Order: sequence, then C-alpha cells, then structure tokens
Amino acid sequence: MTKNIERVVNLYNKRELLAQLVRRDIRLKYRRSVLGYLWSIMNPLLIMLVLTAVFSNMFRYDVINYPIYLIIGRSFFDFLSEATRMGMWSIISNASLLKKTYVPRYIFTLASVTSSAVNFIFSLGAIAIVMLVTRTPPSWYIFFLPITLLQLYIFCMGLAFFLAAANVFFRDVQYIYNAVLTAWMYLSAIFYPAKILPKNLYWLVSHLNPIFIYVEQARGFILYGTMQDTEIFVIGWVFALLSLVVGVETFRRTQDNFILYI
Amino acid sequence: MIEVKDVSVRFNLSKEKIDNLKEYFVKMVKRELFFQEFFALKGVSLTVKKGESWGIIGRNGSGKSTLLKLICGILKPYRGTVKTHGRIAPLIELQAGFDGRLTARENIFLTGALLGHDKRFMEEHFEEILDFAEVGRFIDVPIKNFSSGMSARLGFAIATVVRPDILIVDEVLAVGDKTFQKKCEIRMQEMLKNNVTLLFVSHSCDDVRRVCRKALWLNSGKAVMSGDSNEVCSAYEKS
Repeated sequence: MTKNIERVVNLYNKRELLAQLVRRDIRLKYRRSVLGYLWSIMNPLLIMLVLTAVFSNMFRYDVINYPIYLIIGRSFFDFLSEATRMGMWSIISNASLLKKTYVPRYIFTLASVTSSAVNFIFSLGAIAIVMLVTRTPPSWYIFFLPITLLQLYIFCMGLAFFLAAANVFFRDVQYIYNAVLTAWMYLSAIFYPAKILPKNLYWLVSHLNPIFIYVEQARGFILYGTMQDTEIFVIGWVFALLSLVVGVETFRRTQDNFILYI
Repeated sequence: MIEVKDVSVRFNLSKEKIDNLKEYFVKMVKRELFFQEFFALKGVSLTVKKGESWGIIGRNGSGKSTLLKLICGILKPYRGTVKTHGRIAPLIELQAGFDGRLTARENIFLTGALLGHDKRFMEEHFEEILDFAEVGRFIDVPIKNFSSGMSARLGFAIATVVRPDILIVDEVLAVGDKTFQKKCEIRMQEMLKNNVTLLFVSHSCDDVRRVCRKALWLNSGKAVMSGDSNEVCSAYEKS
C-alpha cells in the first residue's frame, strides 16, 4: 500500500516532465503547417464529408442524422487508433533517451496517450460544428459526456501500456495490431447502423466491444438525448479498468528488461 | 554518497537480437534462448564520498559507460548492489535529452523537466544558460541545425545550471573547442568547491589528472586499480 502511495507521489513529482512531453508532441504534430491546430477540427470534418457523400448515396443507410452519427463514431475510433499506435511506439521511439538518462519509462506512454487525448478534445469541436450546421440542438445529457470520455481514455491508456511493452520484445505486434484495428473498426458500427448486424453478432458487439459501447454512450448523450441503460455503463467501466490493470501490470513486470531490447 | 558493491552486469550476446515471435519459439524449442552471456562488468566495487571527484579511465568497451548507467539507475545490476544518496543530474550524454526537431528554447525546458526542474525554475535561470552556452542568436532554431559544439555547450549549461549533488560527465570535453573546455573546467572546479560529487569519464589522462583527485581504471569489465588519480593515470599510461 505504501508502495502504491509512493508511486502516485512519484507521478505527481513528474508532472512537469509529463507536461513538457505532451507539449512536445502537440507542437511537433502541426509544425510548419499553415492552419496548425485547426487541422484537428478540419480533418475529421473533411473525412466526414467524404464518408457522408459515399454512404448516403451509395448504400443509403436509414440512420437519423447520419453526419452526426458518423462523426461521433469516427472521432472515437480515430482516438483509439492514434492513442494506442503512438503508445505502442512510445518506448521504442524514445530509446535514445531511455538509454542515456533515468526517467520512469511509463511517463512516455502516458504522455503519448495524453497528447492524443488533447488532440481528440479539439476534434470534438468538429462534432459541435456539425451539430450547428445540421441544426441539432444539444440536450442536457451532453453534460454526461465526460463520463464516457474518461472511460475511453482509461481504456486506451491500458491498451497502450500493454502494446508498448509487447512491441519492445516482439516487433511483430505492430503488424498484428494493424490487422486487429481494421477488423475492430468494421465491428464497431461506425458508419453503418448497428441493427443491420446479424442478431448473434450484434449481441457480441454490444457486450464485448468496448469501443462500440463508448460510441453508443456518446450517441445517446449527443444524438438521441436519452440516458442509456445502466448496463452499458457498467460494461464500459469494467472494460476500462480491466484494460488498465492488465496493461499497467504487464508494463510494470517487464520494464526492467526494456533496456536490453531497445 | 555512491556505493557500488561487487557489481556484475550481464548481457545476452545471442548472435541476433530476438525480437519477433517466430524466432522466439524456434529458439525456445531448441533451448538456445539465453546462451552466450557476456559480462560487461564483473565484481566491480566503488565507494564515492560526498565532494569527491572520480575519473574513470579505460579503453573502449571496458565498461565505463555501463558503470555510469548503473549509478544513474538506467541499468539494473545482475549481481551486487548500487546505492546512491543525493540528487543526480542523470545525463550520460549531455545532449541526451534533446529532441532535434525542437528549438533550443523548447529543448531547455524539456531537458530541465527531465532533470526534475519545473518551468518557473528554468525561466529564472534561462538567461544564465544562454550566457554560458553562447547560443544567443540561435535560440529559436531547431537543435538539429546546431553544430555539435553548440549543442554540447547548451547541454553542459543546462546540466550544471543547478548544482546537483552528483554530476556525471561522459566525454564532454572531447567536442568543445579550447575556450569552451576551459570554461567547463572552471565550472566543474567551482562545483567541486561547493561539495558536488563528480564522476568524470575520459580517454585523456591529462584531463582526469587536472579535474579529479581520484581515479578508477577499468579493463574488460574488471577494476584494475583505484586510488589517487596521478598514480592510476601513470599506471594506465604505462600499460
């Protein structure tokens, strides 16, 4: 117990380093681009326009307010993909630093997921713009959105810790994970209505796919203006905490050997 | 202050680094996973008291940097114990914390954070760092465009701006020009007067004699001799 308290104090002492690393990532991301941070909002908007054009003319899904339905799913999934990919590389790409100075290793993974999260918060601006353009008035439930965002952040953090450690020892992980991400995207009902899935598959997706669960929570708050069943919040939290525990534990047990493999 | 007791460091010198799954399983089945071990340090002990200055000499690959990494906590010993008391400026290379894509100004704050200083502290000492490093005009240029001498100066200036309890210096003097070497030496002497503990790695016996009172001579992972820097250096030069 005292050891855990010590760890938290340690992390608190490292907050300046964490802030500097996050700042570095964000600064470098848009360096030398004219619009800079605006791209965090523009990029999801442009992609949404393309996808809306494609899907509302070619496939004609019957979804109320498709642009918002789409952009919510899309930005959530983009955050998952960016945060976990950056997290996966966080140890390897800071190898030169880790070999030459002593800093707690977890700080790099924490920083890369957090800088993706900052970017993600910007991209929520895109959702607001789409709501304005499509004249969708926000409901009061939108104030519950941070609960969903927190679950998503914790889930991605845990996954990133696991991937970061795994990728140090086996570089195959990056290729496997790319395939996993693609399958994951098609199983998350991002650009099609979830109801078109076969019944069995729908049950699996809505109970075992955390990203779908988080996206549904958010769609409930933003688009439908209703409180969803308690069940999906319980499942959401279980996945978030499970991911964090497994990820952090894997990372903690293997971190002393990182130096030999990077 | 620093107590290194009978420490060994082992590396796995398998012919190739195993970092993919297929090979891992093949080797595991063949039981070849951890063969070819290699000891970078073997039973080395070193006790450094507060305010002492130690030079570490030896040829390439004798384990000098490995010893420093142990003291910083980057590596864990395979056998033996390492204890340190006090605040270390844990930079094996002074420019280690730099990100080439960031400007000098941004790097000062990043490296400062790596060394455990907050933003306000770095702002207070910002001018002092610039003065010492003499990079004035290039403050907003990305570090990747700096000459090696310039970034070495900046690194040294940041690492020594606060007085750490333990300063570790690995071959800095090799890159800078004569005037800068002089300046670094003056600063190191100053720090020694203020009871800072110094660990100094160099190939040059002259530098070690000038800066350090004591010295440790390593050869292929073993301590050959330790004690007064003059004696150790003369013995090393004769070998």
